[in-house]
Amino acid sequence: MPTTRARRATSSRDPANQWLVLEPNGIEEQYWKDLWRYRELFAILAWRDIAVRYKQTFIGVGWALIRPFLTMVVFTVIFGRLARLPSQGDAPYALLVFAGVLPWQFFSTALSSCSESLTSNVNLLSKVYFPRLIVPAAAVITSFVDFLFSFGILLVLMLWFQWWPSWRLLTLPLWVAVAFAASMGAGLLLASLNVQYRDFRYLVPFLVQFGFYISPVGFSSAIVPAKWQLLYALNPMVGVIEGFRWAIIGQGALINPIGFWLSMGVTALLLVMGIRQFRQMEKRFADVI
Amino acid sequence: MSSSDVVIRVEGVGKKYALHHEKAKSYTALRDVAARQAQSLGRWLNPFTLAGQLRKAQGQAALERADSEEDFWALKDVSFEVRRGERVGIIGRNGAGKSTLLKILSRITEPTKGRVEIRGRVASLLEVGTGFHPELTGRENIYLNGAILGMSRQMIRSKFDEIIDFAEVERFLDTPVKRYSSGMYVRLAFAVAAHLEPEILILDEVLAVGDIGFQKKCLARMEKTAESGRTILFVSHSMAAVKTLCDKSMYLNRGVVAGFGETSKMISHYIADALPTDDNDFPVRLFPDAPEKPAVIRRVAVVDDAGLPERSFGMDAQIWLEIDYELKRDARDCMVIFSVSRDGVYIYQSHDTDRNESLLDGRVAGCYRARVPLPKRLLTAGTYLVYPAITIGHSGQYGHDGRPDALSFEISEDDQPMGIERKGYSYARGALIVAEPAWEVGTIDAALWRNPTTQLPSPAGYKHGQA
Repeated sequence: MPTTRARRATSSRDPANQWLVLEPNGIEEQYWKDLWRYRELFAILAWRDIAVRYKQTFIGVGWALIRPFLTMVVFTVIFGRLARLPSQGDAPYALLVFAGVLPWQFFSTALSSCSESLTSNVNLLSKVYFPRLIVPAAAVITSFVDFLFSFGILLVLMLWFQWWPSWRLLTLPLWVAVAFAASMGAGLLLASLNVQYRDFRYLVPFLVQFGFYISPVGFSSAIVPAKWQLLYALNPMVGVIEGFRWAIIGQGALINPIGFWLSMGVTALLLVMGIRQFRQMEKRFADVI
Repeated sequence: MSSSDVVIRVEGVGKKYALHHEKAKSYTALRDVAARQAQSLGRWLNPFTLAGQLRKAQGQAALERADSEEDFWALKDVSFEVRRGERVGIIGRNGAGKSTLLKILSRITEPTKGRVEIRGRVASLLEVGTGFHPELTGRENIYLNGAILGMSRQMIRSKFDEIIDFAEVERFLDTPVKRYSSGMYVRLAFAVAAHLEPEILILDEVLAVGDIGFQKKCLARMEKTAESGRTILFVSHSMAAVKTLCDKSMYLNRGVVAGFGETSKMISHYIADALPTDDNDFPVRLFPDAPEKPAVIRRVAVVDDAGLPERSFGMDAQIWLEIDYELKRDARDCMVIFSVSRDGVYIYQSHDTDRNESLLDGRVAGCYRARVPLPKRLLTAGTYLVYPAITIGHSGQYGHDGRPDALSFEISEDDQPMGIERKGYSYARGALIVAEPAWEVGTIDAALWRNPTTQLPSPAGYKHGQA
């Protein structure tokens, strides 16, 4: 696998006097510095995706509110009322469900847009240079904005049920970060594979749908039989959703410690693998896409 | 010139692409890979004799070698140096490796071999309006496109007014660019690019779009850029543009540097080299001698006013059709004909004997060059094919040579054809020809409708802007 070395002579800080060297089979030390240099492009690509997202729609950003809300209502009725599944502690079932829907919807939209991001920006990849990592990262940010909107619903729900959060709510950013890592990791993997094999375009919607059933979105992790718990926890979203519930519902939330750390481990592994795979294939994107 | 002036140094650069012969698409479907793997697995499980298996495996391998992958070197051992402030043109036929070279220099793709050293900030413009989003407004796209080309937000903000002045789109700044006419779109895109301030500017064929007036403005702007010490690498099919902009040029031929030096030398080198080919996308074409024919076409060309071969023109440009032919013996009733067609419709035909009947009386044997100007502002935007022919005798019974579709040339849409300056309208015409306007406009009394002999009042009688 040839890679390009891009290094600059350290003798001078003035970019006009620095040599940029491009050759095959080098190590690119410049990459992460470039990533920082191109932060404005990153911001503007994320802004573009957000600005374009709800253009020419009637209810616009309302879609970010309606989808999670309706999902929550349907799940509460089906799992809480009809199937009479147990909640956690004395939390209202709707709150339990929403604490699952929120991270899941973020993860699934982030994953899908991340894995499609490279192929939908062909014109950029083949015409300009920038660290390619910017494109999928910007795609994830877009989903994060949707997440922020639907987070508003959560606050309204908590007011409605008069559910006062504990200090644990302050740990929420941490769980969001884990959800970020999980969607980025899987997303980068799928995005780079998608450049070479367009099969992944068809795999992703299926993966998301499948993941939905094996993640505790509409139900509590407690109803999963003990002997399946470890296998169940291999799903990175299990850890994320349990973390969300722990932060929002508090005391009554159950966390299986081994399963939880397993889930976190898988997330970390996914992220590392995703970045490595992406960096490895990145050199050939412009040639293959 | 000392070596410290060198800002681009390319040493032995090669770029290899793997050609997949079965590909109709550039990406691989996993299915194909799986199928190939299954095939090779199946070979080993083949329950026939060892000899049979070997034979089969060999055949299969040879087949796979032949139809799966083949290496293609788009660039081979390319080396050159560019000094600060130089404007270097890169010329060569389609597929000569020009774009690949620019892609390597602008870091979009990496070399397979060799080494490139670049000193200074590089901006590359391989396309006009890269990343423009149709849903976003002109203002938003300026920021987006600027960032993509490597400008900081601060820099764009400080140049914003200059950019919209250059693009002449101020009235449409807050309109989504999907509602722009193609001319406005290109002007806006180019205006952003023209305000880049890199030390090294890489341009690929970007001037081929847009109307001639605007192209000139861009060229002027780029010349200014070069005077301020910036280095420019410029790929173009327009010899005229390369000649105006670049003092030095590189001629690439099949991935190899075939020449590097003074632009006019490289251009003639290129034209002489590229001639005997089968495609008509080049403004000059040579034809071999045909000993059995009494009259042979040896060369045809589409040239501009300066006599340089050129392929793309604006509506206002003067286009010349040029032919060199050889008469093996003296001939009476000889006639040279140029026809021009578009989309299979012949719309122009001219004979060298038109209004010059004495030419029919006889021409002596020898080599001739003849050229005819196409009327200006006749053809609308599109691609035109040129059909040169030479005949001797009525309907050519004593000799004939014709080269259907020998050449093609392009006319691009002017944004202000016929001198219309008002912005925001699209003047694209659906018809094949236009003509110098000779409209007469005036007001008349309604009672005159029934009077067939009434003349229009003089144009002076027309009151502008009144009912």
